Amino acid sequence: MKKITALLLVMVMVFALCACGSDKPANGGSEDTADFKVGFIFLHDENSTYDKNFMDAAKAACEAKGVAYELRTNIPEGQECYETAADLADGGCSLIFADSFGHEDFMIQAAKEFTDVQFCHATGTKAHTEKLDNYHNAFASIYEGRFLAGVAAGMKLNEMIENGDITAEQAKMGYVGAFPYAEVKSGYTSFYLGAKSVCPTVTMDVTFTNSWYDQTLENEAANKLIENDCVLISQHADSMGAPSACEQAGVPNVSYNGSTIAACPNTFIVSSRINWEPYFEYIIDCAMNGKAIDTDWTGTIATGSVELTEVNEAVAAEGTQEAIDAAKAKLESGEIHVFDTASFTVKGETLTSYLADVDDMGDFQPETEVIKDGYFHESEFRSAPYFDIDIDGITNLDA
Amino acid sequence: MHEPLFHISKRGALPWYRAWLIRGLALLAALVLCAVVTTLLTGINPLQVYVTIFKGSFASSRRFWDMLQRLSILLCVSLAVTPAFRMRFWNIGGEGQVLVGGLASAACMILLGGKVPDAGLIALMTVSAMVAGAIWGGIPAVFKARWGTNETLFTLMMNYVAIQLVRYFSVVWESPKGSGSIGVINPSTHWGWLPEIGNAYFLKVLVVALLTIGVYIYLNYSKHGYEIAVVGESERTARYVGIKVEKVIIRTMLLSGALCGIAGLLLVGGTDHTITDTTAGGRGFTAVMVSWLAKFNPVWMILTSFLLVFLGKGAEQISSQFQLNQSFSDILTGIILFFIIGSEFFINYQINFRKSGDKEGK
Repeated sequence: MKKITALLLVMVMVFALCACGSDKPANGGSEDTADFKVGFIFLHDENSTYDKNFMDAAKAACEAKGVAYELRTNIPEGQECYETAADLADGGCSLIFADSFGHEDFMIQAAKEFTDVQFCHATGTKAHTEKLDNYHNAFASIYEGRFLAGVAAGMKLNEMIENGDITAEQAKMGYVGAFPYAEVKSGYTSFYLGAKSVCPTVTMDVTFTNSWYDQTLENEAANKLIENDCVLISQHADSMGAPSACEQAGVPNVSYNGSTIAACPNTFIVSSRINWEPYFEYIIDCAMNGKAIDTDWTGTIATGSVELTEVNEAVAAEGTQEAIDAAKAKLESGEIHVFDTASFTVKGETLTSYLADVDDMGDFQPETEVIKDGYFHESEFRSAPYFDIDIDGITNLDA
Repeated sequence: MHEPLFHISKRGALPWYRAWLIRGLALLAALVLCAVVTTLLTGINPLQVYVTIFKGSFASSRRFWDMLQRLSILLCVSLAVTPAFRMRFWNIGGEGQVLVGGLASAACMILLGGKVPDAGLIALMTVSAMVAGAIWGGIPAVFKARWGTNETLFTLMMNYVAIQLVRYFSVVWESPKGSGSIGVINPSTHWGWLPEIGNAYFLKVLVVALLTIGVYIYLNYSKHGYEIAVVGESERTARYVGIKVEKVIIRTMLLSGALCGIAGLLLVGGTDHTITDTTAGGRGFTAVMVSWLAKFNPVWMILTSFLLVFLGKGAEQISSQFQLNQSFSDILTGIILFFIIGSEFFINYQINFRKSGDKEGK
């Protein structure tokens, strides 16, 4: 026994020496070799389709620009976000990005402290009112992507009607939303209007999970909609819950954040997504060259920020790709607008004026007129969406 | 006669240095196994992994302070559940008690911010956080004392009620509309934000250091502490010597809950300045481990909570530096905890191998 103890003690000492010995080189050399480093803060990890979309773009952009980067995953929307941002700044990052709405206040706190570091935040609303030189918001005109995905959904509904599977009145879609928040409302309304542009009788039921990421709830919500006679489902929530429920029930699904064709080959039609790579490349260029970054940056189809995945020919109606391409061309030329006031009504009336709460001062006071020239100007006064109108044809099941 | 290869027998009390030697060896064995797993799965030099774990807490003064702050909050919750544990009352509702304490603080900040002087507001927050936590801990205690309900299940269920309450108020007080989150409370006025002493972290360290001393004295040198120990040993003995067991159970759980409430106050008023359903962050459960590993001794709990926070921060550092999934660092933490908890077996029991002479004579 004594011999074994002695042997183990020796091992402990050797081990301790090794640990001390290798401490110095690892501290000094391996990490901070590149001059320019970008730090990224993510709410979850790659298991969330939302975060994976950001993570893939972050890696691709940094590798394309040849800069060093550090990814921090599973950072909650609390003080941990500030600590992480500060730690990244300490570690030599000149540019720090966070991907979740609730990170915003903590990013602003860090931005005020580290004035020589640029902070960028997706989906936030406060950059244009905080007026800091080193704090910026970004989003993309994903409502255009949703609209195009809606066109694909409408085409599928038309096919079902022509085949006699449903009547024109039964063309009801279902939508699993996260929160009844402007970003989600803008998303499902544009999706609905896209479908309506090709299938005029379409209606839609919406239900909310009150969570951005909850596989079980999203699955249940999709099943509830399917039981409620919805013949096509789409979602704005970040897990595979809704798509997999559709695959199981054999109900067509229009996805979000990226293709779900691998898991849902028999129901996946198409997916819209935001490609963050152009934004990341833009902010890296600006930060490296000391140029100012836009306070509010809105990516569009033209910047390559709003994308549709490939159409799944096995499920989509014939001519879907052509219809999407045609609508896309019209959106880009300005011939049509997603939120054209002629295409929807609110309580039977056509809107001619609407004040939106663009300046998010915590007062809930709308202050900005956003309807001009016959359409709702989404993502123009700030990057994050502010379309929060309940339009006719969409039923909120939770209201 | 066929003797089994080994049999297990209870050990007598070990001298303290032998016990610590066993614990040390367990930690070493854990590190060696972690190294093997790391190299096999990722091909990364295990020494580098250990250095990285170390850097997670000590590479900069900010990380060191952040480590101290996390240690303090975890220790605070652990201190809170310990009196109940000493009484053999298995309070696993720390999570919920922290949350309602935090919710009460947040309510004061939102509803009373700017309406009462700031010092008064902070006093109100403290009182209401402690009262809310005490109520959350007190309800299962009353049921246990009166009707003998199972406290483990009851306190566990109370966690979910607390989480739902927080979710409900997250919608009531949401900002901006529809987002379902409260956001930072009083961001420009700082009403109800706990004051900073020296730096942003020190206040929490100080408060919890004082609490540690207080709980240590309470448990070891007060009449209440003695009563708790007696009830924990045997309720019948306690009754026989005239201790009102029901009263001790309820009183101790009120204290447990109130201390959890303070943790909630520190989180909401002192660090996050907001509340979400993840504000407690699993500390209510981790605290159970901290308290057990330290054998319910508040001073040892400083060490055990350090160990857990240190491993946690190290794990985060590994996952970011080597671009490994968080799950990988969870595996490492799991291995280390398994060995540490497992080592207690070898302190309490010994394994007697069959003598080699018998083997030959078979």
